[in-house]
This record gives sequence, structure tokens and C-alpha cells, in this order.
Amino acid sequence: MLLAQLTEVNGAPGQEGEVRNLIREQIEPFVDEIKTDALGNLIAIKNPRAIGPKVMLAAHMDEVALMIVGIKNNGMLEFRPIGGIDPRVLVAKTVIVGKKKINGVIGAKPIHLQRPDEREKALSIQELYIDMGVKDKEEAKRLVSLGEIAYFTTKYEEFGEGKVKAKALDDRVGCALAIRLLQEDLSFPLIAAFTVQEEVGLRGAGVATYQIKPDLALILEGTTASDVPGTDEHKHATSLGKGPAITFMDRAVITHPPLVKELFALANEKNIPVQARRNTAGGTDAGQIQLTESGTKVAVIAVPCRYIHSPASVMSKKDYDGAYELIKHYLRCLEEREDFQ
Amino acid sequence: MDVKHFLRNLSESSGVSGYEQNITEQISTACTWADDMRRDKLGNLIMLKRGEGTKPKKKIMLAAHMDEIGLIITKVEKGGFLRFGTIGGFDQRVLLGQEVIVHGKTPSLGIIGAKPPHVQAHGEQNKAVKLEDLFIDLGYDTKEDAEKLVRIGDLVTLKREVIDLQSSLLAGKAFDDRAGVAAIFECFKILSTLHHEVDVYGVATVQEEVGLRGAVTSTYGIVPDLGIAIDVSFGDQPDLRESETIKLGNGPGIAIGPHVHPKVYDRMVKTAKEWNIKYSLDPSPSPGGTDAYAIQVAQAGVATILLSVPLRYMHTSIETIDYDDVKSTGKLMAMFIAGLNNEFVEGLTCF
Repeated sequence: MLLAQLTEVNGAPGQEGEVRNLIREQIEPFVDEIKTDALGNLIAIKNPRAIGPKVMLAAHMDEVALMIVGIKNNGMLEFRPIGGIDPRVLVAKTVIVGKKKINGVIGAKPIHLQRPDEREKALSIQELYIDMGVKDKEEAKRLVSLGEIAYFTTKYEEFGEGKVKAKALDDRVGCALAIRLLQEDLSFPLIAAFTVQEEVGLRGAGVATYQIKPDLALILEGTTASDVPGTDEHKHATSLGKGPAITFMDRAVITHPPLVKELFALANEKNIPVQARRNTAGGTDAGQIQLTESGTKVAVIAVPCRYIHSPASVMSKKDYDGAYELIKHYLRCLEEREDFQ
Repeated sequence: MDVKHFLRNLSESSGVSGYEQNITEQISTACTWADDMRRDKLGNLIMLKRGEGTKPKKKIMLAAHMDEIGLIITKVEKGGFLRFGTIGGFDQRVLLGQEVIVHGKTPSLGIIGAKPPHVQAHGEQNKAVKLEDLFIDLGYDTKEDAEKLVRIGDLVTLKREVIDLQSSLLAGKAFDDRAGVAAIFECFKILSTLHHEVDVYGVATVQEEVGLRGAVTSTYGIVPDLGIAIDVSFGDQPDLRESETIKLGNGPGIAIGPHVHPKVYDRMVKTAKEWNIKYSLDPSPSPGGTDAYAIQVAQAGVATILLSVPLRYMHTSIETIDYDDVKSTGKLMAMFIAGLNNEFVEGLTCF
């Protein structure tokens, strides 16, 4: 299972190696050229010399994670998030630490010894620590070095009505879509950029785009779904099971209006459920891609995910397949068009 | 038998207070050393290993509780989300983002969620998410679909595979107090190679987490002369005072307090020293938290003691123990039991 494999490998911003190797292995049979750049972006090109629009698919390989920033005398590890993590989701979770892949747990004070008012306060990152079961600092230092990364250990699982639980669905679901789409038989140049360091400020995407110089870019994402109890319906940024979400605008981009219009029309024509992303918070690689060189036309197509940036995020397979269908049809449409420029 | 492996399986199995059936079956299947085994009306599993002394033989009871804390479904909501209450003490802060097993028609995966940070009011992120604002996501789209699987009153347990930490440390759920059950097994493993005079009753008790209830009825049924409760105690962790904890890897805690018979305490410490078994002293000014408290006041009263396996992060899904402490707890009990004679036991009522 592609998505299972992709979510169970680890790749913090700047350390996307495991993800990159897995993707390279997956796409090799379907593309003509593969290259990497100085930041670690993986760029795969199909039909490099063909005539027609140069279309870019982009998905980021990195995930939010924890960096080890200190080792205490008792051997406990201090950490800080790389990318946005709400510290409240970390309490009482298991992690895997560093290059040696050491098991660890993020502990908490037992309820029996807390004052009642303590329970009302969120634990801050500074109060949390990773316990590997070592005796002291010396033993810890033999296992882990400062700057190494701790990852969530969540297994990919399908459950409920067509749902998936996994870590890092943001944005391995985008990577999975790009991998599937590269298998399409198309006549124009199709370039997939598997980018690095999205979670720390969209760092890889601009660099990748500069090398690709696409006519058009589709950014494939996993985005926040807030269709859960306690959230007013008008604040549901996206909802699970209602199809892929198309972005009009977020903090980093106003997507190319004609392109967005086309995608909605095509979905309608092909009977593929889609939804508008009904929130303008957050930002994706699209922000950097559109500003590269003299500008790129961009659209963002995202699979809604609940509990994003937490150990266990949840998405619907229907939305994932819907996103695939929509983009596949869009690419086929491009092929039939002669007026692309 | 490999008791460590047995403990892993027990930890990964589900048995919330009052619903320990599944755990009982596993323990009774694994229990190869008992001469007799029975269950009482509350579900306590009582396993007897006969001693070789002359009748009337003295009786010693070893009790560890097999129930675990859990959640219970209180409402099925629009969209198929589940609301829940707790059985036993949970810190609301350790539940967010946990995977759980919902024991409906069939056991099903659920995720404990809350509304996402970007729709929270300013300042809300510094506060703990309240229990009443948490929900379980079963992955169904409608209330009707969820209701085909789950009803109000269905139980929920944490979903966690045991992981190995460094040396002999293990992390997982419900080591409170299945580590105690494993310690009883370790004790019997050793006892089967030793001579002992007293009858030994190993009891896996029920409903400890909701008020020591299984210990009340099982003790009444056995009428022991001496009772040892085996539970877990707060292990050393950075956010607790040293005086509140006992150290992992340093053997069992031997409790001292109103629930511990002074002569039994002295003999236990002496046994540990004699056999070179590491232990920590575990002063317990408030004795109410374990089965020892219930055993002590059964019928005409029982001489009791409490041994504790040190455990970090109590009542979370990543309770952490050192398996070596389980082994040494078992060994200490076995040596204590092998050294018991009628004279000592009869002396326990003489003050």
C-alpha cells in the first residue's frame, strides 16, 4: 500500500531522506529523468522534450516532528517542535528517536499527585520530555545526539467508513497523488517536484520551481478539516468525505482564478464531488511557487485531514481518490487543448 | 513459562473495572501451577497452590488487581462522533490524540479528538482541553451509522502496544496493576522449586480502580492469615519530588504505614537483606489507594503488607516499568513465603 508505506517512513524538514528514497524507488519506472538539488528536492520529469504545456505537480515530503535540543542529567531529552505542533497532543505518546531509532515515551505527571487546578492548564513544551529508559546523561548521549529528531510512531490503519488513520498525511497524501499521477500516459512535459522544508516556511518549493519553470503548477496537499463537534459549521474549513478541497486563497497565495474556475467546472462535468476550502488560514508551497521568476499560475488541490500535525490524523479514501480523478481528468483535458498558451 | 511475554499480552488486552472477563481467561489459561482455581461472584480469580505443612495449614493471600481504567460512551452525536465519561481516574490532558478501542458490537479503532487549534479562541491553547470537549472519532459519517456499532454504555480502552525501552524497561498501558499479576506469577514460578508450608492463594482482583471492591469479597472468601497486596507505586520521574517516588530498577517498594503489619514489615525487610534482593522503602501516610487497605479489615482483620512495582506516568497509555522489578518482587515474595512457619503467623495477632 503506497500511502501506508509513505506515512510510516520519517522525514522532518531538512531530513527527508527516507521519504525521498521511497518515492524515488516508486517513480523510477514511470519517468524519464530524476534529479535532486542542493536542498534535497526530488524532481521527476516525464516527457522532457515533448511539446505542449509544462505542467508541475508539487507535494512536500517533510512532516512536523520534534528536534532534540537538550539532554538532562537524568538522561531525559528536551525537545522543540520543527513545524507547528500543539504541545497538548504530545502528552502520553510514544516516539522513535534519532538515527539509531530508539524507542521513547513522552511522560506526564500521574493524576494522583496533581493539584486539581494543574489539570486545567496545558503542559508547555518546556515541561515535557522524552524518556528512553536510560539511567543517566552518559547513557543517553551514547544513543542520541543533539539535533536528532523524534517522530510519532503511528501505524497506518483503515477504519470506520472508508477512513484512514496515519501520521504525516500532511503531505504524504500529496506525495501519493503525485506518484499515482506520474503513471499516466501523457504527451506533454509533466514534472513532479517532491519538495523539502514546507513546514518551516515553504523553503524548498521556490528553489524547485526555479529549475522547472512550469507554465502551470498544481499543488497537492493534505489540509485541515474541522468538521468535528465543538466547531460551528461555518468554521469547517473542509469536511471529510465531501471530495478534494480547492483553495481560493490562504495566507500565502491567491490561486489563479481562471484555473480554479476550470477545476470546479471539470469536477461538475465529470461528476466528481469537490469542495471549496472555506478558510484562509495557513499557507502551502503554492505561495512560493506562484512568486518564482516572473510568476506561475497555481492551484491547490487538497485532501481534507482531521487532527493534522498530531500523531494520528484522519482522512477519507473517497477524497483521496476524488483528488486523483479530478487531476487525472484535468491533465487529460490539457492534452486535448491547443490554445494552452 | 515466559512471564514477561504473558505480561505483554495482558497489557495489550482490555479489561476495564467490572468487565475483566477477558483478562481472567488469559490468566487462568496461563496459570499452570495452581492446585485449584475458582472465581467468586464479583469475578475475582482465586488460584490456590497448596503448602506442604501439616493441617490446619496457615493461609497467605497475594492480591494484584487485573482491572484497568477506561472510558464509557455517554452519547452518540451528529456525524457519528462519540462522547464519553471515565471509569477510574484520568487526567483529561493525557487523552487528546490517543488511539482507543471502542468495544461495541465489534472492537473498533477510534481517535480521541478535539476542535482544531485554528478555530480556538485566543488563549485557549494554554488551557487543557476539557474532558467534556473531547470526543471519539470512529470514522463514520452519520449518527445512524455509528449507532449500528456502538451504544451508550459501551466501554473504551486505550490502544497501545507494549514497547521496549532501554535495558529491561517496558512502556504500555495497564501495567497498573497487571505488573502485579505478573509478579504473582514470578513468585509461583520460584515457589514451585521450593518447599513451603503455607497454602498460597494468588488472587487477580477486580474493580480496584473504582474502590478496592474485588479485594473485599475475595478476602472474605479466603480468610487468610496474612495478605500481601502487590500494586504499583510512583516511579522516579523529573516532575515529581524524590520523596513522592521510588526508583525504577531498585526492586519493589516495601510500604510502611497504617496498612502494614509491623512484624510482617520487619520480616519482609529481613528477607530482602538475607537474599540480597534490592528494595526501596515506600512510606505511605495515606494508606487508602490499594487492595491492602481492603484486605486488612476483612472479617476479624488480616495482617497485611503492600509491595509495589515502581511505575512512571501512572494512569496513562505509556506507563513505564522495569521488568527486573517485577522479577525481584516475585522473588522477594517467594522467599518470604518459603520462610514462613506457623509460629510466626500465629504471633501476628499478639501485640
